Amino acid sequence: MDAKDILGLPKTPLPIPQEKKSRPQKDSQRKPDGISREVYALTGGVAPLMPSIDVSQLKRRPPSDEKITWQWLPFTSSARKDDLQLYHWVRVVNGVPPTGDYSFAKYNKSVDVIRYTDEEYEKYLTDPKWTKEETDQLFDLCERFDLRFIIIADRFPTHRTVEELKDRYYSVSRAILVARAPSPGEVAGHPLVKEPYNVTQETERKRALSMVLSQTKHQERKDAEVLAEAKRIAESRMAARAAEEPDLPVPSDVGLESAEGAVGPGDTISPSNVQAPAAAIAPSTSVIADNASTLASLRMLRVYLRTYALEQMVQAASSSAGLRTIKRVEQTLQDLGVNLKPKVPTKAVCAEHLELRKEILTLLNLQKQLQYKEAEGSSFRDGSYGDMPGTAKRSQRAADQDHTFVPDTISFGVIPGDRVVKREQKRKGPGRTSETPSSPAGAHKRPRKMKASDL
Amino acid sequence: MPHTAIEAQVEDGGSASKPQRIIKLSKTTDDSDKKGTNKRVKDIEICVPIVYGTIAFYLGRKASESQSHKWTVYVRGATNEDLGAVIKHVVFQLHPSFNNPTRIVEAPPFELSECGWGEFEIGISIFFHSDVCDKHLDLYHMLKLYPEDESGPQSTKKPVVMESYNEIVFPDPSECFFARVQNHPAVVVPRMPAGFSLPVLAPVENTNEKGRGDTKDHPLSQWFLNFSEADELLKLASARQQVQAHIVKLRRELSVIDGMPHPLKPASSYECT
Repeated sequence: MDAKDILGLPKTPLPIPQEKKSRPQKDSQRKPDGISREVYALTGGVAPLMPSIDVSQLKRRPPSDEKITWQWLPFTSSARKDDLQLYHWVRVVNGVPPTGDYSFAKYNKSVDVIRYTDEEYEKYLTDPKWTKEETDQLFDLCERFDLRFIIIADRFPTHRTVEELKDRYYSVSRAILVARAPSPGEVAGHPLVKEPYNVTQETERKRALSMVLSQTKHQERKDAEVLAEAKRIAESRMAARAAEEPDLPVPSDVGLESAEGAVGPGDTISPSNVQAPAAAIAPSTSVIADNASTLASLRMLRVYLRTYALEQMVQAASSSAGLRTIKRVEQTLQDLGVNLKPKVPTKAVCAEHLELRKEILTLLNLQKQLQYKEAEGSSFRDGSYGDMPGTAKRSQRAADQDHTFVPDTISFGVIPGDRVVKREQKRKGPGRTSETPSSPAGAHKRPRKMKASDL
Repeated sequence: MPHTAIEAQVEDGGSASKPQRIIKLSKTTDDSDKKGTNKRVKDIEICVPIVYGTIAFYLGRKASESQSHKWTVYVRGATNEDLGAVIKHVVFQLHPSFNNPTRIVEAPPFELSECGWGEFEIGISIFFHSDVCDKHLDLYHMLKLYPEDESGPQSTKKPVVMESYNEIVFPDPSECFFARVQNHPAVVVPRMPAGFSLPVLAPVENTNEKGRGDTKDHPLSQWFLNFSEADELLKLASARQQVQAHIVKLRRELSVIDGMPHPLKPASSYECT
């Protein structure tokens, strides 16, 4: 009961068992009249507090006092300009046919295409790229086809792109509006005047769209990587409270793609002129760039703690490494007797710590390379148990007598190597000697109880 | 506001040439309206090594249910010098069960003593003088009352000490701050670049009513821990040496493998020891 109090649950149990009992009762009672039992069960099977469906409404359709017939009668529509008479079935009530216009006539809407006079054309609308004829044709088509520019473009006698047509139409309409308006202020609210049609932007947008739609899977993946990288860089900058980037409209995606397209091999996408903000997020995955950006972001802070700076630099340095590798680095640090976070983080100590981590990363990479090379050779040389580095220093680590400083070469090694090694482990049993010729470290497991004296 | 000035400048200048939006704060010297506190010393960082933590004494006979320990939380200079030149005040955020859990300490030594029974995380917010930095720094420290080894009764003589060393870094400090603390013992200031001249201001007199701001003769100073970077540097150096030696070896092995023709040892590989 106390638990229920703490959780805030009601003390009395919810009426679940009650519902179970009542439901079979309800089913047999056949509460509803107008609708079938199953349909009623859909609404929950319980009578609603307020009738959501007026049950009486549901099957009342045939009114008893009216006489309905259906007749095949002619009709006209105000939407038509001729007097065409067509026929259709009409519901006649008590011998009186319905009155009024054809019910669908009200949907015959069209666009108010502005018509200009010849004078107006001479005064405001001349354009080097457009003849009056073409402009007239354009406006005709616009009216006929309700500004469906795709169709207009298809039907246009000379070859013009949709964007050109749109541009001409909107700029003409705009000019006329402005010219006809008694004062510029009145017309300033009109959408045509407020937001003029921007041809270049539209062409860019459509190009970008088609590029996005036609991306191959490969490109998609690369894009995702680049975006993740950009996000990370941007976030580290945000953390340092750098100045805000201006909002990146669609062109920035274009920029990203074209920047990436320039990098990707065999792409026929030519990089368009990219705006500067997009270039700022251009992919730069090198560790040096990471470091530089971290340093820059640190400098943006007015104040920070040395430990924070170290964390950021460590993160930047291991940005290319996976979680497993990072764990291995930390394990190595521990084996070496170094604190994962320095106890006395002075500038010098932090710098040394960072360098050490980087060197360990290099070391692990080299080991991996070595493993792969060995595996490639498809022959496993006599296994030694890894080389032991400077044992002279080992006396420092009193606690670690049993383990050598051989980082896990194998646990994450190549699978064939693993299997082979496991097999030989089983066969050998506990009494294993270590008298192997010390050949280059290959695909081996870390020895169990290797004493320092064995080396 | 200096910040908006910075942003406006960068946008006007056009960022097309700059791949990274690194804003050189020195640009604000052109339109600094303040007396020169906006002028910044570039490429120099001022570092203030601090130690912060808690010391807790068991009250022994005087202990009660709700007050079993007397503890002090503090921020001190790592060399026990006066931090008052840099820090304006420190806000200690205590557990809400304390009265007025937000305690502000306005003058050095920046410390706070209380009695209690529970361990909790103390929030330490360090606020700096206006010419130093207008952003504050947040630290956290876990109050420790009970010693690691639980053997035997607690002694009232020997406290439980938990200290952490850290360094506050000010990149690109203001000229005013720089000049002020050039020769201050609590602050680590690198040598000025050649050709740089700053007026040497007389060190500000400590007009603190509490007396001195440094903690050299603090009553608890006997318990302060010593933080020497030498040990850690030594360990790091030796670790690096080991790693580097190993790297050299691996590189050699790799080059050997690359140079070798494909060896042919099929079955005998399973016989390796």
